[in-house]
Amino acid sequence: MILQVDNPVVEVHDLTVSYDRKPVLWGVDLTLPAGALVGVIGPNGAGKSTLIKAMMDLLPSGSGYVRIFDKPINEVRKRISYVPQRESVDWDFPASVFDVVLMGRYGNLGLFKRPRQADKDAALEALEKVGMQAFADRQISQLSGGQQQRVFLARALAQNADLYFMDEPFAGVDIATETAIIELLRTMRDQGKTVIVVHHDLQSAANYFDWVVLLNMRLVASGPTEKVLTQELLEQTYGGKLTVLTKVGDLLRKQEFPMREKR
Amino acid sequence: MKEFLEFFSFADANVRYVTLGSVLLAGSSAVVGCFTLLRKRALVGDAVAHAVLPGVCLAFILSGTKNPFILLVGAFITGWISLILIDFITSRSRIKEDTAIGLVLSVFFGVGILLLTAIQHSGNAAQSGLDKFLFGKAASLVGEDLIAFSIVAILLLAATILFYKELKLLCFDETFAKTIGFPVRGLELLLTTLTVLAVVVGIQAVGVVLMAAMLITPAAAARFWTDRLGVMLVLAAIIGAFSGVAGAFVSYTAPAMPTGPWIVLIVSMIAILSFALAPNKGWIARILRRRRNKKLILEENLLKLLYHLGEDRQDYTTTRPLQELLDKRAIPAKEAKYGLAKLRAQGYLERSKAGWSLTPEGIKRGRRVVRLHRLWELYLTQYLHLASDHVHEDAETIEHIITPELEQRLLEELNYPELDPHSARIP
Repeated sequence: MILQVDNPVVEVHDLTVSYDRKPVLWGVDLTLPAGALVGVIGPNGAGKSTLIKAMMDLLPSGSGYVRIFDKPINEVRKRISYVPQRESVDWDFPASVFDVVLMGRYGNLGLFKRPRQADKDAALEALEKVGMQAFADRQISQLSGGQQQRVFLARALAQNADLYFMDEPFAGVDIATETAIIELLRTMRDQGKTVIVVHHDLQSAANYFDWVVLLNMRLVASGPTEKVLTQELLEQTYGGKLTVLTKVGDLLRKQEFPMREKR
Repeated sequence: MKEFLEFFSFADANVRYVTLGSVLLAGSSAVVGCFTLLRKRALVGDAVAHAVLPGVCLAFILSGTKNPFILLVGAFITGWISLILIDFITSRSRIKEDTAIGLVLSVFFGVGILLLTAIQHSGNAAQSGLDKFLFGKAASLVGEDLIAFSIVAILLLAATILFYKELKLLCFDETFAKTIGFPVRGLELLLTTLTVLAVVVGIQAVGVVLMAAMLITPAAAARFWTDRLGVMLVLAAIIGAFSGVAGAFVSYTAPAMPTGPWIVLIVSMIAILSFALAPNKGWIARILRRRRNKKLILEENLLKLLYHLGEDRQDYTTTRPLQELLDKRAIPAKEAKYGLAKLRAQGYLERSKAGWSLTPEGIKRGRRVVRLHRLWELYLTQYLHLASDHVHEDAETIEHIITPELEQRLLEELNYPELDPHSARIP
């Protein structure tokens, strides 16, 4: 069940990604529709974060290519936005909540330029959307996990992008934050934006997403939620790792073997 | 004292130059050091500092002069090579970064010392003074040297101001910087270059051995005082500049003294003081906070005690002798007396010959503590399902910390209860 769409927002073609020569994602062929709330789902170590990072060209890919809005990613950076995992930064950094949200405007500003009043307005507005305007001056280390997640979300909102990549935005947040975030994501989708979310909770997935990508080292399924979240496909995804695939990957690393013959 | 006045009157042109030079050098390296620190590359700074020595010596051997520009170029080149080597070793072998830094640092410094010794024994008359690169000599910052090093220092400051936003994002969230299309490799290269340059200009004043302290310590000290990057940069610059001037003064009054160790001692003193004195995060602030908490607990316990005693007969204003209080609750007599006196001074208690009694304000506050205690006990039994005989100890501490807002929330969630789990009335 791998459904390809016409005029996709994201087109992934034959993508293989390796860490230290060991492939963690094999030959992913994938297209995603515009204006959808997409869930990327799979067990731990399935390569979910790897997939969205590779889509944004944050990781070197072994083979294949990604096109976004039918263009190479570097031409459309201003139209995409990324919410990394909360733990990926040191929250003891000397910055306020507002400082961090303002960083969402840096891409539009370009090098050397200082944030203008309009950028500050946009940052404040984004903070308001996530219900954190009262915390604008707070030092970021004083925030709870849910608040940190909201700040990251506000930073992404400040970018005014058309395509959003979010890495586990629901991990370790309280119920109130989770509800607030999903509401926000739905509003964004209704405005025609595309949101791609790495998600680990199967229970809520059916409820949250219009489109689901099932992943476990390779693409298992991609399609509308009700067609993808079936017993059979979930068993394929969660039924343990493919042992041969893992072993071949280990061999490639050990022998320092190239993934493709000529590079 | 005479020297002090002489130096700080800045009457002597030399003194003016040396001071200006030290301020620029120490200040600019402190500013760059902030980013190095926040990027968690402090040790790398140390490696670079040691690695510039062979560059200085080689530049001297090849050119035969002590022209500061040539020495700077030499220092810059080997400083850079050391960084590339560290990255190369870390990415191409199983050796971890700290080990790679240790390896590169010692090899480069060893070669540097070797070259320096060779030069000193070569009989080249021009060599005298090269050894000041080891421990620094601020007082020799005159003429051509001053101009060369000051230009670089000003360039450093200009670059950090120009790239402030970019460097900030690079240090906080490199991946995000990449996604919005910042040239992260280029920025990294820039920060590395700035670090190397900061080291190169700083060594004149501090020397290679102690340069890392000049880069990192002002930043670490400044971090204690503020949570804003902009303020941190300015503070670090001031701390750096101050120790630079102090070093220049020492170098001026005692020419035989190496400047570096003095500057480092002073900047380290500032760092230790910051560690002790900084508001909130500082060591003394924490001790004070702990003592304040202890005092608050003692006082509220005494008020609670008097309120409890009055509860039996609904008579809260009875005067009670100290001994009665001590019998009821095991408080050391000395502490109890101290606490009672404090409470009296605050107007919560009155004292007469017969003993102590609550004022109306004292009753109010005592009642609040008792109320919070019982509310918390109830909360624990209802929401955490603790047995009613296991909740008292918890409530003994929590009663002192609950804010009025939390109290309101508790009341709402418990639906304005009448009785606590032990069937005592909640006042």
